[in-house]
Formats: sequence, C-alpha cells, structure tokens
Amino acid sequence: MTSTVADQTAEQSEPAPPARPGWPRRLLRAVGVQNISLVIALAVLVAIIGAQNSKFFLVTNIETIGTAVTVVGLLAVVQTVVMLLGGLDISVGSAAGLASVVSAMVFMSTHSAAIGILVALVTGVATGVFNGLVIVYGRVNAVIATLATYAGFRGLANLISNGRAQGYTGTDSTFVFLARGSIAGIPTLIWILVILALAVHLMLRYTDIGRNIYAMGGNATAARLAGINLNRYVVGCYIAAGLVAAVAGVLLTARTGSGQPTSGSQGLELQAITAAALGGVAMQGGKGTITGTILAVVLLGVLQNGLTILNVNSFWQDIAQGFLLVVAVIIQQRRRGLRAVGLP
Amino acid sequence: MTATPILEMRGIDKSFGPVQVLRQVDFTANAGEVTALVGDNGAGKSTLVKCVGGIYPIDSGDYLFDGKPVTVHSPRDASSLGVEIVYQDLALCENLDIVQNMFLGRERTRGIVLDEPTMEKMASETLDRLSVRTVKSIRQLVASLSGGQRQTVAIAKAVLWNSKVVILDEPTAALGVAQTAQVLELVRQLADNGLAVVLISHNMNDVFAVADQIACLYLGRMAAQVKATDVTYSQVVELITAGRSGDLGLQAAAVAAAGNGNGSHDAGVTDLGDMNGAQ
Repeated sequence: MTSTVADQTAEQSEPAPPARPGWPRRLLRAVGVQNISLVIALAVLVAIIGAQNSKFFLVTNIETIGTAVTVVGLLAVVQTVVMLLGGLDISVGSAAGLASVVSAMVFMSTHSAAIGILVALVTGVATGVFNGLVIVYGRVNAVIATLATYAGFRGLANLISNGRAQGYTGTDSTFVFLARGSIAGIPTLIWILVILALAVHLMLRYTDIGRNIYAMGGNATAARLAGINLNRYVVGCYIAAGLVAAVAGVLLTARTGSGQPTSGSQGLELQAITAAALGGVAMQGGKGTITGTILAVVLLGVLQNGLTILNVNSFWQDIAQGFLLVVAVIIQQRRRGLRAVGLP
Repeated sequence: MTATPILEMRGIDKSFGPVQVLRQVDFTANAGEVTALVGDNGAGKSTLVKCVGGIYPIDSGDYLFDGKPVTVHSPRDASSLGVEIVYQDLALCENLDIVQNMFLGRERTRGIVLDEPTMEKMASETLDRLSVRTVKSIRQLVASLSGGQRQTVAIAKAVLWNSKVVILDEPTAALGVAQTAQVLELVRQLADNGLAVVLISHNMNDVFAVADQIACLYLGRMAAQVKATDVTYSQVVELITAGRSGDLGLQAAAVAAAGNGNGSHDAGVTDLGDMNGAQ
C-alpha cells in the first residue's frame, strides 16, 4: 500500500516520527513514493510534447486525452483489483466487445437505451461469473482461463453480430450524453472514470474488503487460515471486472455510434494490463494502488496523444506500448530486490 | 494439578481413509503452564493440533474446554472458544504491516470503514503486554522483519484475541540462537500471563527450557504426559523413539500393538499416512 511504504521509509530514516509532517511530506504520502517516478515521467513527456507543438496545451486537447483514456482507464482500474488479488483478466477487452454488440442490438430491437445498457451490464456480469467459476471450481490458472474466454467472448461477439458493426445509436440522447455530454463543464466520460477510480480507491484503502484483497495477493494461505473466504473474493473480483468491462463496452458503443464486436475493443486488455503494471501493480499480487494505475493511464494517454499530434506513424504506438510494459515489469522486478536464482 | 484443565482431549481417534493416525489419544493443557508436545516425525503431533484447531474433525473422542464438552468444526469455532494456533509457516502476509497482519480476517471497523486507530492501539498494547521491544514500528511491513520478529508478530496475533489456549507449531525451527531465546522467553511470558501454551518442538533443549509438562506421542498413541521435572532428557528421548521408558509410557503389549498393529505393515503405513495428512 502506498502510504505504508511511505511510512516505513520515513520511519527507517528517522526513528521518532514527526508529530505533524509538513505539506511536502504529506503530499508525498498522498501520491506515494513509488509514484513519483510516474509523475516525473509525465512531466517530462508533457514538456517535450508541449515544446514541439503548443496545441497540446489547449483545453480541447486535454479533454480529448481525458475522453480517450476513459475506456482504458476503467479497465485498468478493475484490472488493478484483479491483479492485487493475484489474478489476471485477459478477457476484459473481449467482454467489452461483447457488451458493445449486445447493447446496440438490444437497443435496436427495443428502442430503449436503458434496456440496452442494462442487458449489456448483465452480459458483463455473466462473463465475470463464468471466469470466476472456471478459475475457482475448475481450478484453472487465471491466465489460462481468461485467455480461453478472451477467445471465447470475442467469438461470441462475432457470432451474434455476424462480425459486423450493429445498429446505430448516434441519435439516441442517452448514448449521445454518455459519449459527448458533460456535467459542470467536464465530459461525462471523465466523470465516469473519476467516480469509479475514487470508489475503488476508497474501497481498497479504507475497508476490510480492500484489506483482504491485499492479504490474498500477499499470502493466500495466510488469508485462508485467517478465515477469509477466498472463493467468494475471486468470483467477486471477476464479476466486478466483467461489469466494468460491460460499462466500457457501452461507452464504446456510445462513442462510435454502433455496436462493435472487435474494432475499438481489440487490444484493450493489453493496454489495461500495461497501465496497471506501469502504475506499480505487482504481477504477483498484493502490491499496487489506484493512484499509480490512474497516473499510468494518463501517461499512456498523453503519450498516444503526443505521438498523434507529432504525426508519428501509429504503428509506433503499439511498439511503444509493448516496450513500456516490459520496462514496467523490469522495474518491478528490480524493486522486489530478489536475487535471480539460477539465472545469470 | 487439581484444577480442571482448560483444554482436555479424551480418547481421540482420527483416520484419513484406511490409515489411523490418532488412536485413543488423551491430552490436557493447563492454564498458566507450558505443555510441550513431542514425538517423532509422523507421530501425529500436527494432526492432533489440527484437530484441536478445528481444521480436521475428530472421528471419535471428547473435546472438553474448561471442563465442558464442546464440538469444534472449523477454525472459527476454535477461535471463538479462545484457541489460537501459530502455524509453522507463520501465515503472515509480507506485503502488509504488523497491525494489518494481527487483525487479518478480523478487522475492526467503524461502520464500513476500517478503524485504524483502535487497531493500532490494541496491537501496541498487546505487544507491550508481551514485553516485545524488538519491533521498531507497528506500521513496519512484515517483509522487513527478521524470522524472530515474525514469530513474535505471529504469537502476538494469536494472543490479541484474549485467547486462553495458544498452540505453537515448531516456533523455533527456523531461528538462530538469540532469536530462539527471545521466542522461548515470550512463550514463558504467555504462560506466566495465565494462558495455556502448547509447544510443539523437536528440540529437547527448548522443551526442557520452558515446559512444565511434556506429552509424548508415539505412532499415534499418547505414550505419556508427565511433569517436566519428573523425567530426564534421555527418558523423553526413549519415549519418543520407543514409546516407553521404564515404567513410563505404553506397556510392551501396547507398543507392539502401536508398532505392529494388525499386521507388520501397519506401522509403516500409519507413519506415512500421518505425514501425508499432517504436513
């Protein structure tokens, strides 16, 4: 956890903790020591892109970045929870595609955005239940299980949509509000991300549910012996992942104006995992914060936006992203301080 | 000991499939005393302890707590009686700090929010009561603690709940000399505070250093439970390896029965089965 690590380092350097730390230290604790590098990276990136092209700083561009990262941000937040538990959900992108198609198709047949969205969310929950049950009761490794459903859900989405974009939601006020509306001058998309991130952050930081999630990621045996119902937590986290993936899918539908089985949702899982890993969430589980993940999401968003503004070939963006994932995990492994046994 | 023992197991039988691991085991633990539970590998120590802790259900026999018969089906049942087990592999989460570990699975909450100040206060009070001075800050991550400090935290976690019986499974197995002394001192302190302490150990020095009573298991039977002052080091070793020593322990016929059972293979099978079940 962010602040405990901060506390620990603070107390190791000075045995008597200060009664009331000054504001720089409090700010540092709020952000977290390990997130400082992210903040610095973000600042450097902004400075470089801003120096090349001053349009970067326009409010409209900042809004563009904000709305562009929302879908990835939602998935990264929920991916953080799954990874803290010691799992991984590769199927979130496919689940989002499935939910996108379902929301558009149900909307077209019922002419009700509410029903379309509701059915999509139920579909998302069902994908999560399926993942969770396979992992818990099938005793299947989380990576394998969600890799299988990654293919399965995508196939299902293509099957029901015949592989084509479905419906047209561009004239429905609800979908338009989700995609382009704003509350108090801030786009709806950004609100959705901020609210989810804040809720999950508070849950992880201040409730026993969050504490138990960290405990399971740290030592599942200890958690079981402490009387924590591991199965319920695993299934619950994958259901949350499915639900949030469905929200992401609905937002995809709203933004593109139609239900997309693959376009838009393909590769989201990689982006979500990259963001979480870059944000300091340990692949082994038990370590990481929502603050870090959100910073990484913004960093990736700025990078993507900057490369577009600077007219860099978009294929470079994929390369940059893969590179960042590897770098993030290397940094993580170095930080764990484990000696590599059996490796040079 | 005329007082009612706080924990009494009478005639416990436990089998895993066809393999009988515990046969008619009697065991008592008194408040304010350290009872050492010794025995060779596969004698049934861990199985007995897991039966006490509610991880394994007992097949037959009586579980008496404070003189009253009780049924224990789960670790939660045992905890609610006041029986806590400190496992050999410690069951701590390295990514959490000391307070978070001590309250793992039983966090104090105010409404839906964790009540950190209360938990911090209770944790530091417990550590003070155990005279623990080796830990710098209770907000230190367990990953940064030494083996002895981790054992201390695990023991403090068990004591936090006003428990009456604390069972320690090989608490000194992985520790150095100084840390072992620290932990043994803590064990003695627990008993002096009025708890019943059950200490599983392979180390006779540790046993004689702190134990008031010694209970010795031999191939799933209780060979003898005696006062530590009444026996010598070599008598205990004999009890562990042969099940009897002079007048003490299982009599020749019983040893033969335990050793050979219904067939000459039985002993080996029992041994093996116990190890599978217990480890």
